[in-house]
Amino acid sequence: MRSRIGSFFRNLLRKGAVEQALDDELKSAVELLTQEKMKEGLSHPEARRQALIELGGVEQVKEEVRAIRPGMFLETFAQDLRYTVRILRKSPGFTTVAVLTLALGIGATTAMFSVVDGVLLRPLPYPQPGRLVEVGLDLPGINQFNWPLCPADYFTFREQSRTFQDIGLYYTGFGASLYSANVTGVGRPEHVPALGVTDEVLPILGVTPLLGRSFTRADDEPGSSDTVMITYGYWRSKFGGDRSVIGKTIDLDGKPTTIIGVLPQSFRFLGMTDLGVLLPLRPRTQRGYNYFAVARLKPGVTLAEASADVARMIPMEVQGDPAEMQSHRLNWFKESRIGPNLQPLKQYMIGDVGKVLWVVVGGVGLVLVIACANVANLLLVKVQGRQQELAIRAALGGSPGRIAGGLLVESLVLAVIGGALGLLFAYGGLQALIALAPSDLPRLNDIGIDRLVLLFALGVTMVAGLLFGSMLPLRYAGVREGTGLRETGRSVSASRERHRARNALVVIQVGLALVLLVSSGLMIRTFQALIHVQPGFTAPAEVETFHVHFPPEMIKAPERLVRMDQAILDSIEAIPGVSSADFSSAVPMDAGAESGPVQVEDHMLQGQLPPARRLFWVSPSFFRTMGIPIVAGRDLTWDDVLNKRPVAIVSENLAREYWHNPSDALGKQIGNPKAWRQIVGVVGNVYDDGTSREAPATVYWPITDADVFLGQPGFAIRSARAGSQAFMSEIRQAVWSVAPDLPLSAVHTLDYYYRNSMARVSFTLVLLSLAGGMALLLGAIGLYGVIAYSVSQRTREIGIRMALGAQREYILRLILGQGTKLALIGVATGIAAALGLSHFLSSLLYGVKPTDPLTFLGVTIVLVIVVLLASYIPARRAMRVDPVIALRYE
Amino acid sequence: MGKERTDLLRGTLDLLILKALALEPLHGVGVSRRITQISAGAFRVSFGSLFPALHRMEEKGWVQAEWRASENNRRAKYYRLTSSGRAQLRAEERDWSQVVKIMAAAVESA
Repeated sequence: MRSRIGSFFRNLLRKGAVEQALDDELKSAVELLTQEKMKEGLSHPEARRQALIELGGVEQVKEEVRAIRPGMFLETFAQDLRYTVRILRKSPGFTTVAVLTLALGIGATTAMFSVVDGVLLRPLPYPQPGRLVEVGLDLPGINQFNWPLCPADYFTFREQSRTFQDIGLYYTGFGASLYSANVTGVGRPEHVPALGVTDEVLPILGVTPLLGRSFTRADDEPGSSDTVMITYGYWRSKFGGDRSVIGKTIDLDGKPTTIIGVLPQSFRFLGMTDLGVLLPLRPRTQRGYNYFAVARLKPGVTLAEASADVARMIPMEVQGDPAEMQSHRLNWFKESRIGPNLQPLKQYMIGDVGKVLWVVVGGVGLVLVIACANVANLLLVKVQGRQQELAIRAALGGSPGRIAGGLLVESLVLAVIGGALGLLFAYGGLQALIALAPSDLPRLNDIGIDRLVLLFALGVTMVAGLLFGSMLPLRYAGVREGTGLRETGRSVSASRERHRARNALVVIQVGLALVLLVSSGLMIRTFQALIHVQPGFTAPAEVETFHVHFPPEMIKAPERLVRMDQAILDSIEAIPGVSSADFSSAVPMDAGAESGPVQVEDHMLQGQLPPARRLFWVSPSFFRTMGIPIVAGRDLTWDDVLNKRPVAIVSENLAREYWHNPSDALGKQIGNPKAWRQIVGVVGNVYDDGTSREAPATVYWPITDADVFLGQPGFAIRSARAGSQAFMSEIRQAVWSVAPDLPLSAVHTLDYYYRNSMARVSFTLVLLSLAGGMALLLGAIGLYGVIAYSVSQRTREIGIRMALGAQREYILRLILGQGTKLALIGVATGIAAALGLSHFLSSLLYGVKPTDPLTFLGVTIVLVIVVLLASYIPARRAMRVDPVIALRYE
Repeated sequence: MGKERTDLLRGTLDLLILKALALEPLHGVGVSRRITQISAGAFRVSFGSLFPALHRMEEKGWVQAEWRASENNRRAKYYRLTSSGRAQLRAEERDWSQVVKIMAAAVESA
């Protein structure tokens, strides 16, 4: 073995000497044979000729010997590499087009893959993430799914569970009114995003603090001293990374609170970004179904077993309640058909965004295939032009394997250059992708080019290289002595055979381009349909919105709060250019509105729960500010709000559901039997869940009905100046003139929420359209290449036809016909493929079927026009052929 | 002529070359002639097979090459059997007679 390795290096290092020895050996063999023949009486030249024949070609024998020498493989490879570089440099145009095409395909695929990797594939950044589950409830009886838990559920599950190793409760708030805390006492007053957790949450996630300690059960007890943990980012920005911060006191919502720990930099919680502080949840002081839970399963426990365990425990949670309450709640459990909703934590985080991403990855992958087909086509032209060279190489002793290897090396070199450039494109494209991504895309911060992505890019590059490379040798390595040399003389037109591979490639390109164009066409139609739906409010770009959060102790004085909110409103209305303003529990489409059961006096259902309705708590002029029309009756007045009159306003669809005619709803009683409210107005429907969903039936209560919203109201201001910095700073001044240092959060125009509701559609739309555009361009280039090349090959034939009297129009038809035939086959294939594939899009579509005939027709027309144009250019050139020149040419 | 006859059974070429070199060192052409001679003209080895085989055996250490003056005072590359080459020859001879015995028995029984 050692000697073999030695000879490997000897052969490699002393390549010249080894070659020389081989040359000498064969020369001497020729001489020996010649002498032998001369002894038989032949003349010297004849003897030498016979000797060479017997030897069978000096170069062939050399090649055979080289092939068995160790190290020869590398040598061959190096030779091919040098040759490839020479060939590629000789035709910079071809090389540039091929490399750019590949770089685009590989770059786009890699960028998209890194998004999929970061969002979908990478495991959660916690130890043994597979055992983490999100625990929620389903209430199919009132059509509510993935409901949060109440504290009693948490205590029951914690004490009684057989399948959880541990369970922790956490609180994040809802929609735009996320949980947050006002920090004062250190630097400028700040409003920081907060997370409430019970003491188990961090250990369940396997998070240990960078400094200080985590929460213990004592921190969760009511009456214990107030403690807080801060995130790494907040520690750096607020305290400059000061390690002595542990034990210091800051004012949180007006209460002195001790910092007990700093979280590590790697800490992430679900999709939350810029989290600042973690607070003990103190579940004994909380109530209501407002809290989510995360649990770690015992080893070996399945999701189904854990679900069954939770189902068993749910009824046990009423045990702490008074007796009459118990039967009432158990009854409600039965009617709502309450049950567990357990999901793997990762799936809970990602949601259904995977559908969007895989669709886009598929689209981008198709572009890569088209790019490969294009490069293969270019290479075919290239190699066809080099047939003579290949024939000579074969005649001089190049074995088919050796020639095929050389061509494969050429393809791989192209692919590698394209891949390297593609990786650069991916780096750039990724930034654009992240900027474009819908804000509900989880784990956006984790997206980047890591080892797996690099490996993927390498894999894609190699597969691409082999894919288009393998098409060549199959056809051209087979060229044996004679055939290739003979064919290149003054020849007849190229045979059908020679065009088959190129035609097939063009058909594939046109077909795939059609699939992509149909997909983007369907997304465009979806977008149109969505835009067409009136969201229920008008001119959302002219409505500025923001939230404020008063400190919790102020919420205990609702009379004072409503006066402050009113004062802020007055001060805002005094700003020039403000036409209307209001405050409410949530802004339409900001995902902050609640749902709850609402009863109707003249439609009481015995033994059945009333359906849940969307609920808003609003101030007067909410409808005027949002531009929601009042269909019947009247708006709320300050008299209703300040004097807590029992009134309500309902949406038109709710009114029609019960009374058919909106005006018949006026005067009816709704709410709950203990405190009916009279309907005084009916307003237009609002698509609070986005225009792609039904507008929910909605009830609007006076905001004084719910003290909690008076403490964290969302303000909305209609003004042509909305969205400008100057306007916002005037608003800030107006707020601070009433409540100094009250921080503003979620500052967005209504249009922001409106556009956000369509973000997934526009994300998919933009990316698929880009992919479709690229596919169209590449497909057109591919067809143009085929037709142009075939025209150049048929120049002589066309010349003869014209000399024999063919009209120019006939020639035009001849060439156009060739292009049209290919295009139509491609279109037919594409339509079949698109019909099969478009249902993958159906979950993203709105107002349009996956088989929408208009889209298919439109796309087909566009594609046919483009490919006809692509073949018209070379066809015109063919028409102008001068027979005299054509026949003399070549 | 006789192209079929030179297409030796795979594996027998090595044996023939080793056998040819067993008597004395030979150059490539000499090996070819010796094989024709010992096979009574039945085998003619093409140089396209012979030279690669010789080089492969050299890589394996069965033969050693050296430049020497030939019978008519020309320089030629001579191949000499090494001790491991002799061992290989004995092994291949043993294998071959084994094959012949088995094949003969099989053919006669039929």
